[in-house]
Amino acid sequence: MSDVRYGMVIDTMTCVGCAACVIGCKTENDTPEEYSRDWIYTLLQGVYPNVRMAIESQRCNHCDNAPCVEVCPTGASHYGAGGTVQLNPEKCSGCKACIAACPYEARYIDPRSGAADKCTFCMHRIENGVPTTSCQEICPTQSIHFGNLDDPDSEVSRLLATREWYVLRPDAGTKPKHFYLR
Amino acid sequence: MKRREFIRMTSYGVAGTAALSGVSSDWFGLYGNPTADPGTEGEQVIPSFCELCFWKCGILAHVKDGRVTKIKGNPKDPLSKGHLCPRGAGGTGLLYDPDRLRRPMIRRDRRGTQEFEEVSWDAALNEVAENFERIKSRYGASALALFSHGYGGNWMKHLFHAYGSPNIAAPSYAQCRGPRDVGFDLTFGWGVGSPERTDIKNSECLVLIGSHLGENMHNTQVQEFAEAIRNGATVITVDPRFSVAASKSAEWLPIKPGADIALLLAWMNVIIGEGLYDGEYLSAYAYGFEQLQEHVKPYSPEWAYTRTGLDPDRIRRTARMMAGARPATLVHPGRHVTWYGNDTQRSRAIAILNALLGSWGRKGGFFVPSSMEIPAYEYPGYLDHEAHVADRPDPSQYPLADQVLAQGVCNATIPSGIGDSRIKGWMVYGSNLPTTLPNPEETYRAIQELDFLVSVDVLPAEIVGWSDVVLPEATYLERCDEVFTPAWREPYVAVRQEVVPPMYESKPGWWMARELGHRIGLTEFFPWEDSMEYAKTRVEAAGLDCDLLQRDGVIVGEPGPLYFEEGSPPVFYTASGKIELYSQRLAENGFDPMPTWHDEEVEDPPQGYYRLLFGRSPVHTFGRTTNNRLLSEVMEENGVWVNRKVAERWGLRDGDRVYLQNQDGVRSTFSAPVKVTDRIHPDAVYMVHGYGRKAKKLKQVYGKGIDDAELITRYKTDPIMGGTGMNVNFVTFLRAEDVEAQQEAEGSSVGTEDEVALGVGRDFDPVLNTRAAGKALAGIGAGEEVAP
Amino acid sequence: MNEITNTRHNHLIDPTMHVWGWEIPLYLFLGGLVAGIMIFAGLRALREEREKPSLALSLLPWTAPVAISLGMFFLWLDLEHPFNAWRFYLAFKVTSPMSWGAWILLGVYPVSILLAWIDTPDSLKVPVARWIAPGSTLGKLDTWSRESRRLLGGLNIAMGAALGIYTGVLLGTMAARPLWNSALLGPLFLVSGLSTGAAFMLLFGLSERERLFLGRADMGLISTELILLFLWIIGLATGGSSSQGAVAMIFGGPYTAAFWTLVVALGLLAPLVGEALELKHGAVPGKGTAILVLLGGFALRWILVFAGQDSGWVTEIAMR
Repeated sequence: MSDVRYGMVIDTMTCVGCAACVIGCKTENDTPEEYSRDWIYTLLQGVYPNVRMAIESQRCNHCDNAPCVEVCPTGASHYGAGGTVQLNPEKCSGCKACIAACPYEARYIDPRSGAADKCTFCMHRIENGVPTTSCQEICPTQSIHFGNLDDPDSEVSRLLATREWYVLRPDAGTKPKHFYLR
Repeated sequence: MKRREFIRMTSYGVAGTAALSGVSSDWFGLYGNPTADPGTEGEQVIPSFCELCFWKCGILAHVKDGRVTKIKGNPKDPLSKGHLCPRGAGGTGLLYDPDRLRRPMIRRDRRGTQEFEEVSWDAALNEVAENFERIKSRYGASALALFSHGYGGNWMKHLFHAYGSPNIAAPSYAQCRGPRDVGFDLTFGWGVGSPERTDIKNSECLVLIGSHLGENMHNTQVQEFAEAIRNGATVITVDPRFSVAASKSAEWLPIKPGADIALLLAWMNVIIGEGLYDGEYLSAYAYGFEQLQEHVKPYSPEWAYTRTGLDPDRIRRTARMMAGARPATLVHPGRHVTWYGNDTQRSRAIAILNALLGSWGRKGGFFVPSSMEIPAYEYPGYLDHEAHVADRPDPSQYPLADQVLAQGVCNATIPSGIGDSRIKGWMVYGSNLPTTLPNPEETYRAIQELDFLVSVDVLPAEIVGWSDVVLPEATYLERCDEVFTPAWREPYVAVRQEVVPPMYESKPGWWMARELGHRIGLTEFFPWEDSMEYAKTRVEAAGLDCDLLQRDGVIVGEPGPLYFEEGSPPVFYTASGKIELYSQRLAENGFDPMPTWHDEEVEDPPQGYYRLLFGRSPVHTFGRTTNNRLLSEVMEENGVWVNRKVAERWGLRDGDRVYLQNQDGVRSTFSAPVKVTDRIHPDAVYMVHGYGRKAKKLKQVYGKGIDDAELITRYKTDPIMGGTGMNVNFVTFLRAEDVEAQQEAEGSSVGTEDEVALGVGRDFDPVLNTRAAGKALAGIGAGEEVAP
Repeated sequence: MNEITNTRHNHLIDPTMHVWGWEIPLYLFLGGLVAGIMIFAGLRALREEREKPSLALSLLPWTAPVAISLGMFFLWLDLEHPFNAWRFYLAFKVTSPMSWGAWILLGVYPVSILLAWIDTPDSLKVPVARWIAPGSTLGKLDTWSRESRRLLGGLNIAMGAALGIYTGVLLGTMAARPLWNSALLGPLFLVSGLSTGAAFMLLFGLSERERLFLGRADMGLISTELILLFLWIIGLATGGSSSQGAVAMIFGGPYTAAFWTLVVALGLLAPLVGEALELKHGAVPGKGTAILVLLGGFALRWILVFAGQDSGWVTEIAMR
């Protein structure tokens, strides 16, 4: 396990923000009505007609230095397989400290369980041999890439090595493993 | 939230007990953290194809405990290639829509009051059959018209052919893609088809004229769009709105709405003037180049500047970019092209531009598709249709229309000077006419003239409220339909299968058609027991293995040559047998043989009004999906896009609610929030189509946002083929609080419950919605020039 | 112009985060109050008794376990999965202030109850005298406590300080909420807790000497609190764009009026001036100023909890 570090790379050049990832995630992960583990964020800058727009499919950043794990008083939020950030609802008291601590606002309380919840990087698929996350699988523009950041030959490593990229809120010090290609 | 919290509180008792047992069995919680599994993987995974839009992507439906848990793309399918758009992924939102029609119903009060009685299928079908027979015996078979949208409509079309009526209309022609197909057919002798034969993925320069790929989510096109971008294609977008596609473009030309033909002519002027066209291609395949060369001389980029507001240098630069990549330059023909009533000519201009670049039949332009040969089912042969289709009272009208005009059929239902109405009964299949056809007043008026109206639908859309008989259809996941054999890159056949049995008492369309056929003496046209048997017969007649088809969802054949250079024969089904830059056929019918700019064709908005433009959201297929709760989570209401400077002038802030009122004083029934944005031309406002719904039984979308269709009281009919140009309406803003205060004062709200549910105030009121028209924002927006 | 759209509508998160409701500021307020009471009680235990304390003063330490129980009840109410609250005590997470807090709360009870017990006049213990007969377990504890008065005093000061500081650190460590993200929040909450503790004690029938002591102490505490608030604001205002955006919420933003009126003017300046005037004119500190201090202390936590949740990371398009 130690040689695997999962990360996600999103190509903003091709992402059209259609939200297939959002709907695909909702059905794959059976998220409660009116709650989303991923979402589309668009940012427009400029004055008509000189404008530019960033479209991002966002979700939990599975930070290497995850504030949600740090603040969790019960150990429900933890580092799981491949360095991902996971949540064990059995241990969660619903104190919401993790929600307040997350600079990406990636978490919510699942009203059915009262436990915090968020993107799992579809570990139930990955660990069962399905090579893709649900958002990646459904994406019509194939803008979502997922893989082992510590493997220099993986697609994600190759993309990060050859393309310009950024992460969200780098100054939050969270060391996110969710990257956006320009 | 309340309900949910209550449920949670009640579960605490259980949880508390569980927690205590946890204490005893796993003291100190030192056990590990298992991987959470949502458990949505299907026990069965059944391939089929989608119907959330009309692209027909191959899907894999996961079924667990009798429920469809999730829908994925079928990797074997040439259209979805294993990926889906949000709508396709949200198909369960349609299947499990709590508002679905559950049982057949017969109207028990005046038309439109939505007083229905639930009846047995027998009673409903007998009622429909009696009316079909009565209309046939009294007025002839052609007095019955079918409006149909969606693949399941094929069964009803078959029924109508057997019955003997030629009046089979689909709004997808005259309200959508018709002008494009006629324009391309006039030029190349071929339509572009659906799915379009555009070779987007190999294109090196992709030109989008008002096409909002990425918001219009035709899956394969969007997949190829992304692929083209990855391959480094140059994208040029022409749109008064900064669309998603525009944000991906090297050049976005924020054109003044309505001026597209001027730009296209200027591009031709540059490409011909600078000798950048594909001379070899044109001399081999095209007719009328000299005339065109002469024709476009006056249309310089400087001339176009005054019409389009676009910098002449940018027009030149983009023309050179297009020419630089030819023949791998694709000027996309678009899809919904009924904008200004001159749409066939605009589509002609696009076709001609493609011809100049040599892109038709070439890699990166338009490929040559092929389709799987599946023999038709052997029927005794349809009856001879009566001589004349009812959509054009005067045969000289719209001479080049090659399909039935839905608006024409609608109008033919209303008695007019030309004679008594010729249409007495409608069957409406999956096509919500009041939000689909322009000027809903005409539609309501026609409906009131009808002897009989039966609708077949999954949801209680507006049209359902107007029907005499309502037949609840099973969704695409609950039925097997006609096999699908599109013309595409590779020939293939796809099957739609019953993934789960129909819910409630809903029935598939094939069953209804067959039952009706049997009841009206057309048994010989329905010799098959069910649609699967029908499909199997066809598939096996082609020598294919139906079991394999059912297992894989598709059978894909060997692709033929895709391009002229690969050996595909350059055949053009035009009169001259060539690409017609100059159209003799148009000239003969009294139209411009080459696209020509007419200043008078495009009006400017009146002071204080803005051109109403509408389009799509990636998560919705017009009004068909706006009640889908899953998809509504991403977008549950449409907003009115207003240019930021315009909004400032009106004192409108982002999120302020407004009603829109058009140039004819028609006010929207509901309000919508303003989206203050730098993404829209100051001359125009933009909305996503499909909201502001008035059918109360659509509980999710009822009253949310504004319905653009009710503001489209004017439309400009394309004289060539009868398409209804709908971007010719202008709207102004009424503050919601002012309108609502006035309604309060007048003691009226948006109408009584039924009135709203029906989408009409009274039996028939031509000045509907104008009664309580709110005052316009005084003094603002008037007398001020809007800087482009 | 920046235009932002987001398809997410998660309850309690969108459009602005609002996960913690009224329960949390109430708990933080009670926690601070208890911290103050414990520290004052502890200080008294450390000092040699020269005069007999008033009855009120000797009974006031009992409010610590009572108020903390009330606070914990509110905290429990806020949990979305309250029947998992026991999970707090199956783990100790060094990086989690909430985990520290859970264990601190557990420590608060014995030290505050024992000190309250030994400070309670013996005349009031008659009804339970038979339970603390010499030789019995409770009797031994009673004896030990009386002998360990100074130790208990020290423990009360330590636990009180931990409690007071942790309530601030709990918020202060949330880097995602720039308004909270300051190390000054710990001392600020501690001082504010001491001040509200003193004010709370002033509401009861204390002797003149006790009132004068607490009044003077409170003046010093309020002054310190003002300085800490000032430093906290300076820290935010000179920080990055997110910190500046956060502090703008009390400088022209939605919380401006509430913060400056309720916290600064009424909760700090008014009682400071009031107490100063009372002392200058030889008057004994009254209950009016004490009530203002209590309201100010509550308002501070209320506004911080709500404004802090509203504060988020400022988005920069430049990097995109």
